[in-house]
Amino acid sequence: MSIWLNERSRVVYQGLTGRAGRFHALRNRAYGTRVVAGTNPSKAGTSVEGIPVFATVGAAVEATGADVSCVFVPAPHVRGAVVEAAEGGVTLVVVITEGVPAKDEAWLYGKLRRDHPEVRMIGPNCPGLISPGKANVGITAGDIALPGGPVGLVSRSGTLTYQALYELKQAGIGVTTCVGIGGDPVPGTSFTDCLAAFEDDPETGAVMMIGEIGGSAEEEAAAFIAEHMAKPVVAYIAGITAPPGKKMGHAGAIVSGGKGTAAAKIETLSGAGVRVGESPSEAGRLMVEVVAGL
Amino acid sequence: MDLLEYQGKQFFSRYALPVSQGFVAHGVPEAREIADRLGYPVVVKAQVHIGGRGKAGGIRLAGDAGEVETAADSILGMDIGGHTVGCVLVEEAARIAAEYYASFTLDRSAGRYLGMLSARGGVDIEAVAESDPGSIARIWVDPVESLGDAAARTWVRAARLDETAADELVEVLLQLYEAFVDGDADLVEINPLILTTEGRVRVLDAKVTLDDNSVFRHPEYRAYDATQPRDEREASAHALGLQYVGLDGTVGVIANGAGLAMSTVDVVAQAGGAAANFLDIGGGADVETMAAALRVINNDPAVKAIFINIFGGIVQGEVVAQGILDALDRVELRAPIVLRLDGTNADQGRAMVAPRLSEMLMMAGSMSGGAARAVEIAGSA
Repeated sequence: MSIWLNERSRVVYQGLTGRAGRFHALRNRAYGTRVVAGTNPSKAGTSVEGIPVFATVGAAVEATGADVSCVFVPAPHVRGAVVEAAEGGVTLVVVITEGVPAKDEAWLYGKLRRDHPEVRMIGPNCPGLISPGKANVGITAGDIALPGGPVGLVSRSGTLTYQALYELKQAGIGVTTCVGIGGDPVPGTSFTDCLAAFEDDPETGAVMMIGEIGGSAEEEAAAFIAEHMAKPVVAYIAGITAPPGKKMGHAGAIVSGGKGTAAAKIETLSGAGVRVGESPSEAGRLMVEVVAGL
Repeated sequence: MDLLEYQGKQFFSRYALPVSQGFVAHGVPEAREIADRLGYPVVVKAQVHIGGRGKAGGIRLAGDAGEVETAADSILGMDIGGHTVGCVLVEEAARIAAEYYASFTLDRSAGRYLGMLSARGGVDIEAVAESDPGSIARIWVDPVESLGDAAARTWVRAARLDETAADELVEVLLQLYEAFVDGDADLVEINPLILTTEGRVRVLDAKVTLDDNSVFRHPEYRAYDATQPRDEREASAHALGLQYVGLDGTVGVIANGAGLAMSTVDVVAQAGGAAANFLDIGGGADVETMAAALRVINNDPAVKAIFINIFGGIVQGEVVAQGILDALDRVELRAPIVLRLDGTNADQGRAMVAPRLSEMLMMAGSMSGGAARAVEIAGSA
């Protein structure tokens, strides 16, 4: 099995007619994802390489039974697009767009929690999620992930996700689902949400978690692992040498007021029984050991 | 982006917060002119992106024109924690009866806004949080809701601020909340927020960090770009649109993606070296971006080796290779490049680079191997 995304998922692309939306929707379709629709209010009735375009997500859901939306619209329109998706009836919204203001993210977080508790948002500023061999929604190159499990992967960083998938593939280890939660301050889905889903997924035997400096999401994950997880977790945290007060590329990756350091996160995770690798490749080696012992 | 105090106060003024009247001076005569206009006494305050100005002698009270000139003369050009003072804020002095603290920031894990209020202002709030946590009253606001009058009033009471000024304090806190939300700030902090001897509430200092991602809603924020603290290397990288942070080592780092770039800096340290920088060329980097990145790294005299660590996702291997080859043709490299290339179209990229391999351009088979090689080269240079 996989979490949240499988071979039956039907995906609508908000921003399908834009350059990035079109490129990745077609790439996702070539991977095997059921790409059923796109939206653009001014191009309803047209199509992109056979994918029908609707005015709204609601219309797309009605006509095609879409249950997942993937958002590629520019940052100023993300807030409206996610609300449209939730009101339109999909239950998973994957926001790839980067550069979304933190206020919009916090507002969306509150809005979904209050008015659409059944809707899960992943991202913004994330690579999306992939259930290898089943479906790929987002910008991950599908061929770097080996299908079949037993590892579930969750990460705050795009390219480090690719690096981790690659390390696992080199070692012949498959992945059930890989979720990129994104590097922004208020992601719709947290490490903890992913860990809980992996713990419940019978095909996932172990979890790899890739964090970075800033915030306290890794510490909250450690608390969850200590209390609620039986499955082994291997982690890697980027930014051990990052100077305080500097934003390291991601809006959320900043050590401020002495908080959010990699050292503190590593210590907390280790304390929760997580095996933490010093580098992505060491984390890969640790996972090889864990999988061998399953 | 971080605002200087005077910029923060201008920002607050737009939301009607009560700031003292003051103006910025870049020279001594200008400071005196402003003080003469405002009337004495005035306060002369260093404008730098760092705390601890008072202790460093960067804030001085001046009772007459001579004192203003002396104060401005000594503060302008002063070094405070590595920041050179380029301008001073000359402001009406206030008579202080009480010093409070007020701020709003984002509680990332709760997905809510966090307000902090304390009767113990004027000192480092982190220290207060350590020594007397009970003196800080916290309030969480759901972004879908708003901060209401009644909640603000309860909050003022919880912080045990002067009851006689409650009405004015509530108004100021609501204005501060408005500035935080409407202004797309990551942080708004007033320390101290004072009560004057006349019983009025005044904003005595302003610390404001604005969300870089919100500039599309506030085009006027672009003006703050010019006063961001950046070293020479960071300034030139920023001008080219690169995500760059200057560090102290000798291995120049170029990677795609923030996480991989951070990780590369770490792995260089684990190999026994130190990175000269963090540089993320981004997910959609093209040939020009790679060439620009190499130019920036190459201009840093501290760099003795360059480690390019690319895992192609959207960025394709042949694009990276072409960028490096272009840069080699255009720029005279002062340090050798170690290239690690995996992911999308990495084979094509490696094949393109193969004929040009030399002592100035080497391939590495893995991330850790590449880091080790770059550190070795930097160490022997």
